[in-house]
Amino acid sequence: MARVLLFGRLADLAGWRERDIPAASLAALRGILAAEDPALFEALQAPAVRTAVDQELVNLDVALRPDSEVAFLPPMSGG
Amino acid sequence: MIRLVQAPFDPGEALGEFCRDRTETGAVASFTGLARAENGRTDILELEAYPGFTEREIARHEAAARERFGLQDTLILHRTGPISPGEAIVFVAAAAPHRRAAFEACDFLMDYLKSRAPFWKKETGPDGARWIEPTERDRDDLARWETQ
Repeated sequence: MARVLLFGRLADLAGWRERDIPAASLAALRGILAAEDPALFEALQAPAVRTAVDQELVNLDVALRPDSEVAFLPPMSGG
Repeated sequence: MIRLVQAPFDPGEALGEFCRDRTETGAVASFTGLARAENGRTDILELEAYPGFTEREIARHEAAARERFGLQDTLILHRTGPISPGEAIVFVAAAAPHRRAAFEACDFLMDYLKSRAPFWKKETGPDGARWIEPTERDRDDLARWETQ
């Protein structure tokens, strides 16, 4: 199980911002999302979308614990 | 120090507070970013942050700015949530012994905030809503600091 957070346009696209999804790794999580929402999966694959696990940016697949927090971050812009 | 704030703030008050009791500073520069109405195309701006992550990422760049420019202190206030045109979105202040470092640090921090800081910005107006992402100009502005 992981708590999954979507930000910015990803949340609008998916229609949710926060969900618990049972997945033992980031790759498994992407697989689940690909099966249920291909448009979201495709958006997550964009190189500009960063992934954070437990608030640390990651580039590769990582294992997820039951209390892991996964955040998908589209291009950021403040100010 | 970085503070994310939900309610409108007074940049003048923030600057006054930041300048107080500084007898060795010499130079305080500040920048205030205001929400634009875009000639009626924007009624409201919404800024989303990732609480915890956003503050830590900004703090890393704040530390880099302090080191790079030899600053004595910095303050970053950044709004989140709904923001009306004319309201301050961001306030950056830098304190240094001399002016050049203070000016440059504000410029550096704003270039970072515009194109890298973990915020997501949506404009809503008569034509609907649109997400705002960094422009080429924003990326070029940030790249200036990488070659120096």
